[in-house]
Amino acid sequence: MNCIIIDDEKLARTIIKTLCDEIDSLHVLAEFPNALQAIKYLNENEVDLIFLDIHMPDFTGFDFVKTLKNPPSIVLTTSDPKFAIEAFQYDCIVDYLLKPVATDRFKMAVQKAKKYQAIESKTSETINDDSDYENDFYINIDRRLIKIDIPSIYLVEAKGDYIHIKTEDKNYTVHSTLKKIEEKLPESLFLKIHRSYIINLKKIVDIEDNSVLIKKDVIPVSRSKRPELMKRLDLL
Amino acid sequence: MEYPNLTYIEQLARGDQKIRATLIDVIKTEFPEEKQDYYDSLEKKDYKKIEENVHRLKHKISIFGLEKSYELANTYEHNLREKNRDGAEDFEQILTTITAYIKTI
Repeated sequence: MNCIIIDDEKLARTIIKTLCDEIDSLHVLAEFPNALQAIKYLNENEVDLIFLDIHMPDFTGFDFVKTLKNPPSIVLTTSDPKFAIEAFQYDCIVDYLLKPVATDRFKMAVQKAKKYQAIESKTSETINDDSDYENDFYINIDRRLIKIDIPSIYLVEAKGDYIHIKTEDKNYTVHSTLKKIEEKLPESLFLKIHRSYIINLKKIVDIEDNSVLIKKDVIPVSRSKRPELMKRLDLL
Repeated sequence: MEYPNLTYIEQLARGDQKIRATLIDVIKTEFPEEKQDYYDSLEKKDYKKIEENVHRLKHKISIFGLEKSYELANTYEHNLREKNRDGAEDFEQILTTITAYIKTI
């Protein structure tokens, strides 16, 4: 983890730097005696963790946190326990260290920052996964490119060399294969429940034995696909 | 009466003389500057600055393991917010004690 230290007191910065040097995975990129210099640095550099003093003249630690659009993990360092409640208002503040900072307590704060970072990156991966697919694609019908809104599709049916795409507003018949369209549909929303059918899981009305009612269409579910379908349902 | 000590510095340095020397060096440079800033702000009767300087010095007091003195400094800092200088004498005595001590380290 790359970190920076912000404290108007050189001794405080030197102590934090000494504690950081004891942890192999922690690299101190820079130290700043005030928040304004740090803001300039952060505009051009990415850091994972900030050790931040609250009580600084002119521009306090909290003033600084408010300026950050995408704040990294922040560990507050202060002599004053009274700011702890205010610190709870900020998700990015992962810990609150009272000066003089004890070694064990410091290590604990770094662990918390690592956990926070892991959760953050997992969340961002999930968001990216969901946004991996486009919200729409185009189909070619009679030399006309028609935009299809993906979430509005509730059923795709294979019929020979063609597929029927059924959406909330309209149905389309396109010369294509189920395999091709399957690649364009997000896995989180769609499931192939039969060799000839892909359904939008959000549009299921009910499931009975080996069939699914989707809108007004009753669609067969292959025996091999049933466990996957059941797994994907949010059962009470 | 409590006396300053280097217990915290020794714990941080964990036997590394270079780290110990660096930390002491910073204290020896920074403490007299902060003390001077404190007296300067006092002369100007700039209560906000006095409070800020007391706050910075408070950390040094805790580094030297002066727990009771730290509490006195804390009270003084709070009084300054009300533009009240009660506790100044005790605080300045602490500064004198530390000044004498850092000459020995």
